[in-house]
Amino acid sequence: MPARAHVAELAPSLRPLRILWDRLRRGDEIAHVVTLIFASTVVGITALLVYQLWIQSALSRQKFGWAFFATRVWDPVAGQFGALPFLYGTLLTSAIALLLAVPLGLGTAIFLSEFPLARFSDAFAFLVDLLAAVPSVIYGLLGIFVLAPWLRVSVEPVLSSRLGFLPLFRGPAFGVGFLAAGLILAVMVVPFIVSVSREVLISVPREQREAALAVGATRWEMISRVVVPFAKTGIIGSVFLALARALGETMAVTMVIGNDPKISASLFAPGYSIAAVIANEFTEATGNLYLSALIELGLVLFLVTFVLNGLARLLVLATAQRGSIQG
Amino acid sequence: MKKIAGQNWAILAVLVAGLFLVSCSHNAGTTTGSQTVLINGAGSTFGYPIYSRWADDFHKLHPNVEINYQSVGSGAGIRQLLAGTVDFGASDAPMTDAQLAQSKSPVLHFPTVLGAVVPTYNIPGISAELKFTSQALAGVFLGKITKWNDPAIARANSGLKLPSATIVVIHRSDGSGTSFIWTDYLSKVSVDWKNTVGSGTSVNWPVGLGGKGSEGVTGLIQQTPNSIGYVELTYAIQNHILFGALQNSSGEFVKASLESVTAAAASAADSMPKDFRVSITNAPGKDAYPIASFTWLLVPTTIPDVAKRDDIKKFLHWMLAEGQNDAEPLAYAKLPTDVTAKEDASISEIH
Repeated sequence: MPARAHVAELAPSLRPLRILWDRLRRGDEIAHVVTLIFASTVVGITALLVYQLWIQSALSRQKFGWAFFATRVWDPVAGQFGALPFLYGTLLTSAIALLLAVPLGLGTAIFLSEFPLARFSDAFAFLVDLLAAVPSVIYGLLGIFVLAPWLRVSVEPVLSSRLGFLPLFRGPAFGVGFLAAGLILAVMVVPFIVSVSREVLISVPREQREAALAVGATRWEMISRVVVPFAKTGIIGSVFLALARALGETMAVTMVIGNDPKISASLFAPGYSIAAVIANEFTEATGNLYLSALIELGLVLFLVTFVLNGLARLLVLATAQRGSIQG
Repeated sequence: MKKIAGQNWAILAVLVAGLFLVSCSHNAGTTTGSQTVLINGAGSTFGYPIYSRWADDFHKLHPNVEINYQSVGSGAGIRQLLAGTVDFGASDAPMTDAQLAQSKSPVLHFPTVLGAVVPTYNIPGISAELKFTSQALAGVFLGKITKWNDPAIARANSGLKLPSATIVVIHRSDGSGTSFIWTDYLSKVSVDWKNTVGSGTSVNWPVGLGGKGSEGVTGLIQQTPNSIGYVELTYAIQNHILFGALQNSSGEFVKASLESVTAAAASAADSMPKDFRVSITNAPGKDAYPIASFTWLLVPTTIPDVAKRDDIKKFLHWMLAEGQNDAEPLAYAKLPTDVTAKEDASISEIH
């Protein structure tokens, strides 16, 4: 208040300056500007990334147009490039990974957040976090030398004899392929789901739980009807963090996916992913069109992540609204 | 206020440290007062072990010359050379005419050592060295020969009982000079291959699984019964990997060895073009191993910096003479003397 009075005494022309100075002195303005700079830097980097991908892929975009998304051929010798097999491989392996990792991760998170011994829960969560710190090349090596032989000898023959009527489980078992890549990805993304979901579940207010128990809910009813719905937004967020990781994973996937740009219904068949082909072919890509096509694949991967993230936001919005109507 | 002052000091300290780092890296990038010459090269990963050995040895002989070689891959090496960010490039495949046309000054190719690619396989119960005809190999990689006991394979291996198992083809998934040499050979021996696949560091493989790097291919072969793939001779020798013999253009079955690779280069030396851009796969000669290739240093003809130019020329002369002795201990085949003599003469084109 004294500052206001002080301002009023000044000449009218100097008043805005004085106000600015006062606001600066209080620190709000500085904090505002500094955080604005940081935030716009992050947005700027993303924009620059897209801009560069867009510019550098010009040659390929002009030559192939939208057909790039529908072409199955990837032939560097003939200069024919299409993204479809890579798009398919990326989406399929990520879908397998989420299908396995979401129940596993969510179950673990619920157990850890509701388990009475906090110390045990923390130690367990620490171990799960360690999974996220393992370098992806290690996962890839385990994939080649442990997972793939096990799939080829023990899992895939059983699956094809029991469930062979489904096209998903037909064909020769190589060990490496969509299934191996999906399994490795599932293990890699589980810690993201567990870690984030556990924090969200723990932060559900005590009153909510107590209220549920007070009206006679069992422990499981409390968890499934009160705690999980309350934390839904955060849990969906963790799933999409995991999805983003799965879509972009390079090293482990290329080591176990088989690296064959074909579209097969069978999960045993070898395939390819966008990130894997970029990593494999970028260093030796000679010729401008070839390079440009690889960069356009990067743009496609960005687009896929962008679209899926957008869908996630819509899903969160939709469920949040429904929640409020019920409430 | 005190706190803010403290922050200012921190910012100042960061700035000073940054400036210090910038000035340091600036010094390293140019020739400093004590006439240290820094030569930057980049390219082929295949040549990396011997190029870094040469850089060390040459530095010991000429302490003022430092050669810094980055193994970024042949394609990236060519791109960096064209962009002018390195003094020389290195590649497992010669530059194409289109690439040469992009260069500001003409680029010379200097073969440095030889590499070869060998077929390797994993057939349960067979530990003998298989013999492959060119038609058998092309048929397998085209997906037309699908069983190990196919007559095309069995005929050349009459003493062995090959299983009727399905062949699993394994190739490199990363773009590599190894794949280039392999597909270059298949293009020469099979019209079918040439028309449907062709040659390149990455191709549209008709069949098979891809492994990343030599270690990825070897890993997949070890894990997959009845598989066949290919690796560099160097890699096979160093890791004691079983590999087969190939029928050369004279009809002889030759197992890859440092000598049979040098023999392939010697038999191709007579028809060597002036710019050394030559493929020596399927070379003539009884002792020649058919899937061999030079690997090249790419040097621009115009180097404006006099000190740098003289040292690069000195290095090339040394590499073709004493440097060749480093080849065999590192499992590379050395150049035949006909070739080194011709190369030595072309060093004078750098000005």
